[in-house]
Amino acid sequence: MGKVRPGVTVKGTKDGLLFILEDDYPFSKILDELRQLLEYEHASLWDGPDTKVVIKLGQRRITAEDEVSLRQLFSTKPNLMIQAIVAEGGHHLLYPPKIHTLAGTVRSGQVLFYEGDLLLLGDVNPGGSVQASGNIYILGALRGIAHAGSQGDETALIAASIFRPTQLRIADIISRPPDEWDESDGSMRFAYLVNQQIAVDQIQSLNQLRPELEWKRKSQSFF
Amino acid sequence: MGESIVITSGKGGVGKSTTSANLGTALALYGKKVCLIDTDIGLRNLDVLMGLENRIIYDLIDVVDKVCRIEQALIKDKRCDHLYLLPAAQAKDKMSVSSLQLRWLVAELKEKFDYVLVDCPAGIERGFSNAIAGADQAIVVTTPENAAVRDADRVIGLLEKERIYSPKLVINRLRTDLTKDGGMLDVDEVVSILAIDLLGVVPEHEQVIRSGHIGEPVVWQTRCSAGKAYRNIARRIQGEMVPLLMLEKQQNVVNRMKRWLGFV
Repeated sequence: MGKVRPGVTVKGTKDGLLFILEDDYPFSKILDELRQLLEYEHASLWDGPDTKVVIKLGQRRITAEDEVSLRQLFSTKPNLMIQAIVAEGGHHLLYPPKIHTLAGTVRSGQVLFYEGDLLLLGDVNPGGSVQASGNIYILGALRGIAHAGSQGDETALIAASIFRPTQLRIADIISRPPDEWDESDGSMRFAYLVNQQIAVDQIQSLNQLRPELEWKRKSQSFF
Repeated sequence: MGESIVITSGKGGVGKSTTSANLGTALALYGKKVCLIDTDIGLRNLDVLMGLENRIIYDLIDVVDKVCRIEQALIKDKRCDHLYLLPAAQAKDKMSVSSLQLRWLVAELKEKFDYVLVDCPAGIERGFSNAIAGADQAIVVTTPENAAVRDADRVIGLLEKERIYSPKLVINRLRTDLTKDGGMLDVDEVVSILAIDLLGVVPEHEQVIRSGHIGEPVVWQTRCSAGKAYRNIARRIQGEMVPLLMLEKQQNVVNRMKRWLGFV
């Protein structure tokens, strides 16, 4: 009997470990193999210092439950920290989370956190904080702190109808508006990250900055 | 069965006790039976503002510790028939009472009075959670300053958490001369940040300080704009629709003459 091609390949990189999952294996088989790998074979190998782990899915898309069982497997080795689950050409989930809509005022001392894109219908008051791992859109006044891409997504955006933040954060970059803020202009604005700095622009320039969001490309019928 | 209203602000010095004393007096003047509770244990001063300091025999702690009956601790106001004050203890601290005891006390008083006004201490710690324990409704007092508005916002959030929804806003110590040149927030700005219903606006007036000094709430001053504002708030609490006071400076004779003649 020839050697069976493994469903899971582990590679070391300078940042940590890369787990590559083969596309043409059923996911349950992959999980079995991972369990075998983590718990029995090379068990001592995993007990080193804290290591960042990236899991590459290839073309495969997994469900949210699959992701939970995957993360549970890795939680048996506390020093292995999953930094990202990536798939080729898009979100790793079969049904990626859509934008999440919430309403209400975020008042001083309150923190609103959401994993994914967040649409808030309401105000964020000074001393209040909104965090999302994706983009933050606020239909209302942003007067407090907004932290988009809180888990490291540097492409995340922050947009608000009334843009008066005390502080902006995108990924690890922190910025505050200039002390002399132009009060006269009430137009809708958004913040994005460019060259490790947060820039703020009018919402009308977003399509130039992110051509992939341009509606005219996605829609077939327009005049 | 009456209604219990807590008067709170977060920040100190914005006029919680002044507001409590005046709203209590004004409601009593409109014929309601009112009880004021001072929950600022250790730093009581509602009795001073009411001019009742020398009549205190028993206090709130004595009541909840069952040293005396509730009726024995209630002090009848010297000017109003239907107004009573339950003073705070001065020799104790805020840990000597629990929110459960306060809840019981307010429930007992609600049986006998139309309105039970609870004067809350500054801060958001034990004293605050005690004061809001038995409250059906809340009035948040703020001044038109950034620091006070931040604290009011925090308090509104905490009230929501304790399931006291839609508190009402009183903006105290407004100075129209300062709002005009942007040296102070104006009423609209405060309301748009806090996003709760406005119950009233009280202008800054030296008569308020004089009244506190002699221990007679300013609502007794019929000509004072602050007193008028408090009477209007008392009417709104009773469900009446009363327009906001025009707080523009009264035109003096010379200015009025100028206007007639078309100079202004």
